[in-house]
Amino acid sequence: MKGMEDLGRMSPTSFQRWFFLFTAVMLLIAIYMVFIWTPIERNMGVVQKIFYFHVASAWNAFFAFFIVAVFSILFLVTKKRVYELMAGVSAEIGVMFTAIVLTTGPIWARSAWNTWWTWEPRLTTTLILLFMYIGYIMIRNLEMEWQRKARLASVFGIISFINVPIVYMSIRWWESNLHPVVVGEGGGGLETAMLITLIFSVFTFTCLFFVLLQRGLQVEKLRLMVSRIKAKKQEQMIS
Amino acid sequence: MNTLFRPALAVFQKDLMTELKSKQMVTTMLIFAGLVIVTFSFAFDPTSEAVRVLIPGMIWVITIFSGILGLNRSFLSEKQNDQLHGMMTAPVDPSGIFLGKFLANLCFVLIVQGFSIPVLFLLFDYSELTLATSGWFILIVFLGTFGFIAAGTLLAALSSHSKSSEMLLPVLLFPLVMPVLIAAVQATSLLFSEGPAAIMSWLQLMTVYNVIFFFAGFLLFDYVLEV
Repeated sequence: MKGMEDLGRMSPTSFQRWFFLFTAVMLLIAIYMVFIWTPIERNMGVVQKIFYFHVASAWNAFFAFFIVAVFSILFLVTKKRVYELMAGVSAEIGVMFTAIVLTTGPIWARSAWNTWWTWEPRLTTTLILLFMYIGYIMIRNLEMEWQRKARLASVFGIISFINVPIVYMSIRWWESNLHPVVVGEGGGGLETAMLITLIFSVFTFTCLFFVLLQRGLQVEKLRLMVSRIKAKKQEQMIS
Repeated sequence: MNTLFRPALAVFQKDLMTELKSKQMVTTMLIFAGLVIVTFSFAFDPTSEAVRVLIPGMIWVITIFSGILGLNRSFLSEKQNDQLHGMMTAPVDPSGIFLGKFLANLCFVLIVQGFSIPVLFLLFDYSELTLATSGWFILIVFLGTFGFIAAGTLLAALSSHSKSSEMLLPVLLFPLVMPVLIAAVQATSLLFSEGPAAIMSWLQLMTVYNVIFFFAGFLLFDYVLEV
């Protein structure tokens, strides 16, 4: 397409097509593993199965926000529009996965802790994170030229990410033993099948993130192309 | 150094002089703080013991809500007659403008706190503050306000570009200043319940937050202005 050189390729490459298929198959395997292959947890029962998707979504959300920060810095340095689009798409994916985390969490909590929500550090942090990146998306939807908007959004993307570790560490100082530590120091230990499933679903969700990022970027590029063609047509009709 | 501190001082003086002449912002903030206190007196029975626990939270609610009023005006007033553009084209370091605006905003909020917090203590008959803890209390109030205003000044500049900046600023700012607010509220209530020894970790957190956001403001202000 003419005039689109600054955005790079429009249609997906054959690798991207294969990767999409690969991720779809992986997702099916993950669903099989979660619901059929892994044993049912003794104390919590079937509800525990939510945990595989919950953890994977949480990981994806953090990863997405990291990508936002990286591409925001890249945009401020190079001023290339593609980077700004990447950051924007990544923030949207991040907000979606954070919303999934905040929905699956209470469902699980209701049966495990007998309450939907508690103002516990991990929960509070995640909620604040959601609000921050909704703010980021709000900036990207302002009405002004894209250069200004992109610069403002990038600045906000960077400072929001600076805040992520601060929020996380600050709230850690409230003593809390509510959230289960599964992997790492003091972990309760997980059965091998459960651990394998967990790792597999985290990996699958990471693949899903990249598929969504690529597709989202493509949609954004097409949207831009349409608006440019529209502007051109309008110009022709006026003159 | 001269390109940083001299313009900062100039912007600070200009804001102070404008405020002295119009007395618009600080008056509005003070009235607002007073109204919040009155509302609290209706919401919570001032004679009840439970209010003792709520006072530290009230101090910070007053600060952030009246602070937001000032921050909203801080860059909006510069948009009239394209003054912001004039500042940008001046041969000075943009960080100097940030520093000047930051100092002016900090000054306004501290003035409002200087009036409203004693009034709050007086009206709710709060006598926990002794001579020994008042130094610590002032330090907490200063550190918490410093962080709030440092992040707030940068975001006020950022959101001033939008038509609906009054709506945008609180949505962007409140999640961002959450750590420093949590630390400030916790430190204030711990100071009154357990004494100065218990608040050290919260003070450290506020200091770290302030340093990070103050320098982030310095580094990123250039990008926010140049639009």
